Amino acid sequence: MFYTITLYVSLAIFVLGLIYRISNWFRWKIGPDDTVIATSTRISVAAKAILSTVFSAKIRILLRVFVLDVLLQGWLLKKDFLRWLAHMCIYGGFMLLLLMHGLDKLITSVLFDDYYSTLNPFMFLRDFFGLIVIVGLGIALYRRLISKAPRPKTTSVDYYAIIILAVIMISGVLLEGTKIVSHSKYQEMVEEYAGLGEEETEELRALEAYWVQKFGVVSSEVKGPFDKDTLEQGGQLHEMSCAECHSRPQWAFIGYGVAKIVRPIATPLDRGNVHTLLWYLHFLACFLGLAYLPFSKFFHIFSTPVYLLVNAVMEEGKSDPANIATRKAIQLDACTHCGDCTTRCSVAVAFNEIPNPNILPSEKLAAFRALLSRRGLSEQRLKTIQEGSYICTDCRRCTEVCPIGINLEDLWLNLERHLTGLGYPKPEAWARKAIGADFVSARLKDKTLALTPVDKGFLGELTGSAQANTFSVCFGCQNCTNVCPVVAHYENPKEVVGLLPHEIMHCLALKNRDLALGSMMLWDCLTCYICQEHCPQGVCVTDVLYELKSLALKHLKRKDLTEEAA
Amino acid sequence: MKFAIFLGCNIPIRLKQYETSSRAVLRELGVTLVDIPEFNCCGYPLRNIDFKAFVLSSARNLALAERQNLKMMVLCKCGYGTLRMADHLMREDASLREEVNAILAKEDLKYEGNIEVKHLLTVLFRDVGIEAIKEKVIRPYENLKIATHYGCHALRPSRVVQFDDPVAPSLFDQLVEVTGAESIEWPTKLECCGGPLLGTHDELSYDFTDKKLADAKRAGAHYLTTGCTFCQVQFDTVQKVLESERGTNHHIPSILYPQLLGLCMGIDKDVLGLDSNQIDITGIEDFLGSH
Repeated sequence: MFYTITLYVSLAIFVLGLIYRISNWFRWKIGPDDTVIATSTRISVAAKAILSTVFSAKIRILLRVFVLDVLLQGWLLKKDFLRWLAHMCIYGGFMLLLLMHGLDKLITSVLFDDYYSTLNPFMFLRDFFGLIVIVGLGIALYRRLISKAPRPKTTSVDYYAIIILAVIMISGVLLEGTKIVSHSKYQEMVEEYAGLGEEETEELRALEAYWVQKFGVVSSEVKGPFDKDTLEQGGQLHEMSCAECHSRPQWAFIGYGVAKIVRPIATPLDRGNVHTLLWYLHFLACFLGLAYLPFSKFFHIFSTPVYLLVNAVMEEGKSDPANIATRKAIQLDACTHCGDCTTRCSVAVAFNEIPNPNILPSEKLAAFRALLSRRGLSEQRLKTIQEGSYICTDCRRCTEVCPIGINLEDLWLNLERHLTGLGYPKPEAWARKAIGADFVSARLKDKTLALTPVDKGFLGELTGSAQANTFSVCFGCQNCTNVCPVVAHYENPKEVVGLLPHEIMHCLALKNRDLALGSMMLWDCLTCYICQEHCPQGVCVTDVLYELKSLALKHLKRKDLTEEAA
Repeated sequence: MKFAIFLGCNIPIRLKQYETSSRAVLRELGVTLVDIPEFNCCGYPLRNIDFKAFVLSSARNLALAERQNLKMMVLCKCGYGTLRMADHLMREDASLREEVNAILAKEDLKYEGNIEVKHLLTVLFRDVGIEAIKEKVIRPYENLKIATHYGCHALRPSRVVQFDDPVAPSLFDQLVEVTGAESIEWPTKLECCGGPLLGTHDELSYDFTDKKLADAKRAGAHYLTTGCTFCQVQFDTVQKVLESERGTNHHIPSILYPQLLGLCMGIDKDVLGLDSNQIDITGIEDFLGSH
């Protein structure tokens, strides 16, 4: 009863989850042209395209991609044999387990009249498929933890996936082992199949002796060594009643190994009904995995093949714009979080100094997904995505390396467009506005300033580089300002840029943070280094401006945090 | 002569002709190039954002080249300036070096300061030499006037980049003149192309580009020539944008230096990617003299 209810509940969640996730493909609007196409149009156009493709010559392409890339994962084999092997073992082994063992009532027993889970070859195959999965998981763990193959980011989605898989596998193996040694399980079978009455004590004892000797059952009453006659009699009874549907448990080699190990504590395990607990754990973990699948990393079991197939038959320029829009949306779900893009990313190294995961393409993709599927992301979250998003150099390496051909570069351009639309443009452009409004003293009309507020801590922040402190030798000759092409560009430069370069150096001497960080000059600086070249005192003017820009951006970031906390 | 070629992020996808023409010219001149696929961002785009991130990003490239005992040759001047700056800072500041090396150690990399960062133009001028180039010029240009654009980050800060005299440089002019062209004097020769503000303050960026294009044209140049990714994008792609957005028409195409040199060395124009520029430069062939 409980089993049935949980099965149907998780199945319902699974189906609803799938519908929800797939509906996103028709709702997400990635590109600027996509906003004008209604969801209903996208669904109907996609349905038509699917039908016309299936009944056209393109079906051959679909079949080829399905066999080579979906079933055999040729795309992964081309990249890395070990990764392919790990993935094939996990996915292949698990699929075989699911089909033969998990869905035995629906599939295996229909195909094979004589199917019993306790009979060979099924009994052996179950453990063999399990072994395949375990080998795969072992290779995956080795690659993740021990091997030097770079994998910058293992996130919670990866861990949940691995944990659920591990619980299913481990509980299954332990369940098998504890059932082998369980005396109560043995008793159940005897009552059901042996056809022996309670009064036939000698026969019962002989059969039990045989099972203790040969099948690994641990009995508190019947213990070896047994004489030859008893075993022979037990053997005959076994042949009569049991052998037809129960092979020797040694064939279930993993479970049997576990049985060997737990032998010494078999009786308390049996009395504590541990095998029943494990059974609950096993099927609940399976059902949890089923219900969680559409919301987890495992959704790629559906989305990635769909993307591979769609990509194989769609043609740029020829396909309907509605379908192009849908394909772009599928890309966000097709990502398997393999991390190849991040490994190849040109700016990933910056993550060591700017610990914002949105710098890394594999994480930025998830952020884009969150941006599209959840309204009302916090300001802080948006600013983090903004920072990460604009550190990208558009080098296209991620796109070139993506094993399933996601056009990441196009996604990033669209992400930037979305962010700009939400009021989060390129940080430097954004800082121009935000900072100008933020520092009151920079906008003072009468230009009279109190010598306070002086911020002594401010100078302490200028420790990024040794050059940043060279402002202290400035003697105010104004050479930097006089040679600056930006200053020369404006008729009335002070009105546009706020402070002139030499004035900024002076502000630093006054420790006036507001003025130094609030000057528009920072964001209009061409970084042409003419000022620095011409300074007679060796002040690194341009480098100081570089550092002030970084400080200003950090100041904005920090300000958000305190606002958020308040 | 052997160098690790540093292309940066933009050249492989937006200015492929800079790479193909440089490779072709250098091959003719006997320079061997080594590719290091692990190279990452030069650090330039990070300079506004975070000092340490910029140094780290640069230093990783330096360490990668150093591991193979190679000198680096950079095509882009912003990349050149940035890598030179990081190299300079890491030499001068022991605690910075230590901090950066601690992070690089995670990848078994180490910056030790046995590295030299060069630019394509300094390799041609100092390592190959004007005389050797002259020998390879088979069809020198005639009556061609070139506005040579030096690029800020190659020239300054001179103490760090050590490219040429920052006030009266001649290195690039000499390289242009060896092709038979005349490198003209023009007012804003040593000033900024406007590139660094593109994307942050487009209007100001366009103003500077506009001014430079007008200056070069007024001085009588037929073509601009550059040795930098950003300058070339500014004079080529942005010049085209200016035509549509501002209606300004300077008609002064920009040619990358290795394209200019390669053509008079008799290198195939497809290899040099003459057709890949946004603004047509194929007319420059008319200036080629006879064999």
